[in-house]
Amino acid sequence: MNAPGLIINGSARIGTVPVLAPIRLEVPAGRWTCLLGPSGVGKSTLLRLIAGVADEATLDGQITATDGAPLAGRIAMMAQDPLLMPWLSITDNVMLGSRLRGERPDTDRANHVLASVGLSDHADKRPDTLSGGQRQRAALARTLMEDRPIVLLDEPFSALDARTRLLMQEMTADRLRGRTVIMVTHDPAEAARLGDQIAILTETGIEDHPAPASPVPRHVDDPEALQTQGRLLARLREAP
Amino acid sequence: MSRNTAIFASTFFALALWQAVVTLGGMPPFILPGPLRVAETLWTSRQIIAENAWVTMVEVLAGLVLGGVLGGATAIGLAASAIARQLVRPMLVFSQAVPVFALAPILTLWFGYGMGSKIVMALLIIYFPVTSAFFDALMRTPQPWLDMARVMGATPARIMWRIQVPSALPGFASGLRLAAVYAPIGAIIGEWVGASKGLGYLMLLANGRAKTDLMFAALIVLAVFTVLLHAAVDRACRATLDRTRGGENAL
Repeated sequence: MNAPGLIINGSARIGTVPVLAPIRLEVPAGRWTCLLGPSGVGKSTLLRLIAGVADEATLDGQITATDGAPLAGRIAMMAQDPLLMPWLSITDNVMLGSRLRGERPDTDRANHVLASVGLSDHADKRPDTLSGGQRQRAALARTLMEDRPIVLLDEPFSALDARTRLLMQEMTADRLRGRTVIMVTHDPAEAARLGDQIAILTETGIEDHPAPASPVPRHVDDPEALQTQGRLLARLREAP
Repeated sequence: MSRNTAIFASTFFALALWQAVVTLGGMPPFILPGPLRVAETLWTSRQIIAENAWVTMVEVLAGLVLGGVLGGATAIGLAASAIARQLVRPMLVFSQAVPVFALAPILTLWFGYGMGSKIVMALLIIYFPVTSAFFDALMRTPQPWLDMARVMGATPARIMWRIQVPSALPGFASGLRLAAVYAPIGAIIGEWVGASKGLGYLMLLANGRAKTDLMFAALIVLAVFTVLLHAAVDRACRATLDRTRGGENAL
């Protein structure tokens, strides 16, 4: 997969109200960038701006891919809510993108992708019969089915119990390998496990936070990750 | 008490109350006939009641189908186009300030003395509730679903068809349930204003000739038909929603 990096340069507002401070963020190609920060500093707005769906906000600046090609059609999104359509089976949810684009859905590939996240036995079920973790795996399968080089994750694991969250982090990091990932999270442990780059967004700007150099996902008791987690907690504990 | 027992008991209680009012109040039959007398008329006049009930039922069903289709199409049109919303919505709301009953005479003039004007009347009376229930549901589609669809590269038409319409079906269903109760009112008013057939016509005729028992018999048939129609529409909606969305349908 030839995933491009991203360069984000600018600020955003709704009318005259600032919703994102002036920032410059370079997102490395094919790596995980984790974005931390207090609620209301515009983390989700930033993801929506990158995805090109933040109609309500005006971007004063630019978001560009390092290969110079437009971003449209190269992005997939996954959020805290798995966003599964309750009237569709899991398979049909995974193939929703093709249907929405008027393409012929590739059932074989959908089955393959579902198998890769361990949901083959649930392919024909409706989302409401699945557990929270299974639903999030279905959302991951749908994201993989889209097969886009850039993936935006908006707190995708925050509603899961601790063990399911750890397993989902590992599965997601593994299946999205090679793609450029930007993940918004509230969990310093998650950022320390998954971030090749860690940035903290504040009301006045953005600051880089040193991340471990080892490849992601890091082990739950990796000393370097735990140290990073501690430093992140100390940093977040301070006033902005 | 089981549901059937409850229905039976409450029916019995209502009939007893009715008979008590007639007996204790010393009502003459042309003011308020007792339940037995009405039941007798229901049987002896079954031919004429059935003929007229048939006409009303056809009017109601035709109005329900046409109003449902037209209301559904209007809601989708409004949800799909901001310009349509700006142009048509104020007009729709204003049209609700005009009592549909007041239009009955002119509808008779335009669509004739027969079934046509009654079908239009039933259609008009259900059009707004159906449109508004479905439209509101279409506009309540969760924003993250719409955002995701856009990121996936969907056209607005496909977003409407694949996401908004299926997610709004419960709203459409509640509009149709209301319509099942309103449509008979529309047809009856149409018949009152000018008709030579139908339960509304029969009730007016019976009233004019002081055949109050026949009036009540026709009224009961109409009420039972309305209740059954509502139950049928409710069941059809439930079955459709259950089939299309597992056990998730809460309405």
